[in-house]
Amino acid sequence: MTNPNELTIAKARDALVAGDLKSTELTQSCLDAMSGARNLNAFITETPELALERAGQSDARRAKGESRGALEGIPVAVKDLYCTEGVLTTAASHILDGFVPEYESTVTENLRNAGSVMTGKTNLDEFAMGSANVTSHYGPVKNPWKLDDGKDRVPGGSSGGSAAAVAANLSLAAIGTDTGGSIRQPASFCGIVGMKPTYGRCSRWGTVAFASSLDQAGPMTKTVRDAAIMLQGMAGHDKKDSTSAPMMVPDFEAAITGDIRGMKIGIPKEYRIDGSPAEIDTIWQKGADMFRDAGAEIVDITLPHTKYALPTYYIVAPAEASSNLARYDGVRYGLRVDGDSLDEMYENTRAEGFGDEVKRRVLIGAYVLSAGYYDAYYVKAQQVRSRIAEDFKKAFEQVDCILTPTAPSTAFAIGEKMDDPIAMYMNDVFTVPASMAGLPCISVPGGLGDDGLPLGLHLITKPFDEETLFRAGDVLETQADFTAKPTDVGGGE
Amino acid sequence: MSYIIKGETADWELVIGLEVHAQVISNSKLFSGSATSFGAGPNSHVSLVDAAMPGMLPVINAHCIEQAVKTGLGLNAAINRHSVFERKNYFYADLPQGYQISQFLHPIVGEGLLEIQLKDGTTREIGIERLHMEQDAGKSIHDKDPRRTFIDLNRAGVCLMEIVSHPAMHSPEEAGAYVRKVRSIVRYLETCDGNMEEGSMRADVNVSVRKVGETGLRTRTETKNVNSVRFMMQAIEFEAQRHVEMWESGGEVKQETRLFDPDTGETRPMRSKEEAHDYRYFPDPDLLPIELTQAYIDDIKATMPELPDQKKKRFMDELGLSAYDADVLVAERETANYFEVVAKGRDAKVAANWVISNLFGALNAAEKDISTSPVSAENLGKLLGLMADDTISGRIAKDVFEIMFETGDDPEKIVEDKGLKQITDTGAIEAAVDHAIADNPEQAEEVRQGNGKAIGWFVGQVMQKTQGKANPQAVNKMLRDKLGG
Repeated sequence: MTNPNELTIAKARDALVAGDLKSTELTQSCLDAMSGARNLNAFITETPELALERAGQSDARRAKGESRGALEGIPVAVKDLYCTEGVLTTAASHILDGFVPEYESTVTENLRNAGSVMTGKTNLDEFAMGSANVTSHYGPVKNPWKLDDGKDRVPGGSSGGSAAAVAANLSLAAIGTDTGGSIRQPASFCGIVGMKPTYGRCSRWGTVAFASSLDQAGPMTKTVRDAAIMLQGMAGHDKKDSTSAPMMVPDFEAAITGDIRGMKIGIPKEYRIDGSPAEIDTIWQKGADMFRDAGAEIVDITLPHTKYALPTYYIVAPAEASSNLARYDGVRYGLRVDGDSLDEMYENTRAEGFGDEVKRRVLIGAYVLSAGYYDAYYVKAQQVRSRIAEDFKKAFEQVDCILTPTAPSTAFAIGEKMDDPIAMYMNDVFTVPASMAGLPCISVPGGLGDDGLPLGLHLITKPFDEETLFRAGDVLETQADFTAKPTDVGGGE
Repeated sequence: MSYIIKGETADWELVIGLEVHAQVISNSKLFSGSATSFGAGPNSHVSLVDAAMPGMLPVINAHCIEQAVKTGLGLNAAINRHSVFERKNYFYADLPQGYQISQFLHPIVGEGLLEIQLKDGTTREIGIERLHMEQDAGKSIHDKDPRRTFIDLNRAGVCLMEIVSHPAMHSPEEAGAYVRKVRSIVRYLETCDGNMEEGSMRADVNVSVRKVGETGLRTRTETKNVNSVRFMMQAIEFEAQRHVEMWESGGEVKQETRLFDPDTGETRPMRSKEEAHDYRYFPDPDLLPIELTQAYIDDIKATMPELPDQKKKRFMDELGLSAYDADVLVAERETANYFEVVAKGRDAKVAANWVISNLFGALNAAEKDISTSPVSAENLGKLLGLMADDTISGRIAKDVFEIMFETGDDPEKIVEDKGLKQITDTGAIEAAVDHAIADNPEQAEEVRQGNGKAIGWFVGQVMQKTQGKANPQAVNKMLRDKLGG
């Protein structure tokens, strides 16, 4: 029999409902896997006692016939960007040293209310700024996928800890956040499913902000079905977040029918990038073929402003970040490094508290918003952003769903691209356009690259049409039949 | 009326623009549920949002929007159906977010117009450029410890309206009248309590000078956070004089922010590092733009109370009051309401006189105001009624008023208890008159000779005899009949 931690949510749910498994056993199994895989550095904080307590409560509820549904008793790892009541919350930054919130983010609160069990807080790029999980104050995360060259691979980022935890079966599922690709790109690198809902589908309340107009919570899971189950537990309107959508949440799992006959899948020509490795084109073509085999119609489409998305993103996101991170000033919480004046205290605290990538983005953001540059950068970027959204809107008059690669490569070795921020930013070239338009998207494992490491396929649908996304994603998953497993799932050094 | 500074080389005029910050009356803050009441213990009205804890998000308080729209309508201003909150970025210890949420390019209220009344009887219209909403900051307390600064966030996030005038005023008097008028309107609307001492209303004062005849503007200075009309007028006078001296001595006025010191009556520059800001405004991505429907604006319009200008016009047109009296009575809503109760069904001019001269005089002497007046409007009205139906004379009324002011009693009761009713019985008056004539034959003779003044003396005698209770007109008539004066 497989170990409980290797189950999907759907399978574990069935076992829990059947009485074949208790949440405490399932949780213990994940906790054991977690403590056995510390070499991956996937977690910043493990919360075994809290997990077992909540698992026990879950079992008690179920025994009384008060199960709260599909997520009852399911262990979930939480990206350490979500504020969690009574549990250290770091955003992987030195500047939040010792910060223990008195409040619970809406998304984790929703998951708690749905009966799930938090096992720990996962590692990430500092303030979610990065694509390789190498900017964390708590050290890089290692991808459980290894080759025999002896090099450790990055798990992608910024939700690298969450991706690694799911890939290595340290948790049944995890939650991440996605600003420009921070769920989907690590999902691609780690061979799992990563989903970013429509902007506004999940509340941002209580999640440490990176770029407010882009940040969105999402599930990272072993299967598309699990992602649907997770999102069900996370989503919903929240009066505390003015940008959360006042909409009913549909039954996502019910949207998975296995039947996409007649669905129109768009292939945007602008996503073919000069110098991109052949394996990327290959997997993309394979994805289109799989959809055709499943009865979908493949349609060539155009998204003309695609090439402006990445540079535009690197104006908008840092601009918002520079302002969002102003509150980390050493006055009220986290790190304070004293100085002889208020300004000196600010300088000392922020110089020591923030890492290089965060500083780089704060500086870029302050620059593009400053007098004399605002119109040329920020205003222009907002105009381009509307054009990008317009492109998608037109495309969705033709197709139901858009298929692209998730990332321009497989996972690279830790240490690579560190001295070349532009190369690092290129990781998000396929994921950023949909983020700029606030659209729902998902990365599903499509196969292995030439080096034997996983590659994801990326689907995009209309705003608030997550149902089509899950339906198409599930069919893609079935067709791809991705069964390869990572080698380092714990027990290593 | 022009206010001109005579310099050595030229005559100079003033150009004044005002930014009035008015704290919105609201139970909770602009973007959080924290209370806004004044005087609570430090940091007792601070929510997670106010303290800018990680992940916290602002949620707009709809009541504050309504208050701003109401104020805009009261200022005869255009309401912008689309407006946007932006972030004004700067670091300060009492600004927890590291930015103030304010409005910049798209304020909720646009151009408006305010009429001010000047002492010489003229009026002027002052243009308003805009009204926008913003968060207040917290308070830094520097004097409790030699090294440390304490922060009180009770005010952080409280909703302010910033009302920006055009640079359209030209004397301290105009600026004073403008602020008083704004204050009067927001108090009528109950959108701001106008309490300048507690800081719920304060002004940033922009002053420049130019030679008479010049049309352009010279460099201005901004004196921040002036918290009384008197101080504001002093600050303007001081700044204008300083500018004139600076220009005339061949210097340049530096554009800078300054502070007014009430102890010296002078202004001084703020430390320069506090002004060297690039605020990096951009639309707050945590908040949606405010979109108002015309129906929403119309609904607010329908609930607007009568404002001072309308009231003044009515007092003049319908009640026949002078512009001056009407202006005094409408300045405060409470005064106007008081007056209307007193004047109801009575002679409005007499009522206005009593309220403005007698009541205000007594209140001032006792350091009270209309809301703490011992004499209720109903009772003052009754007193006027007692005079109107000749129950008491005007002289007695003044005595009764004094008793009312001391005891708060009903004038009818006072008159009854003290037996102050006017003697209308002609027999009794005649007896007193005859008595007076008989006792003073020489003066009676003078009257008969045609000395009109002496008749007044006789009236006084009779009034004294009757302890003022005789009707002076009746006495007068009777004396004339008897003495043929």
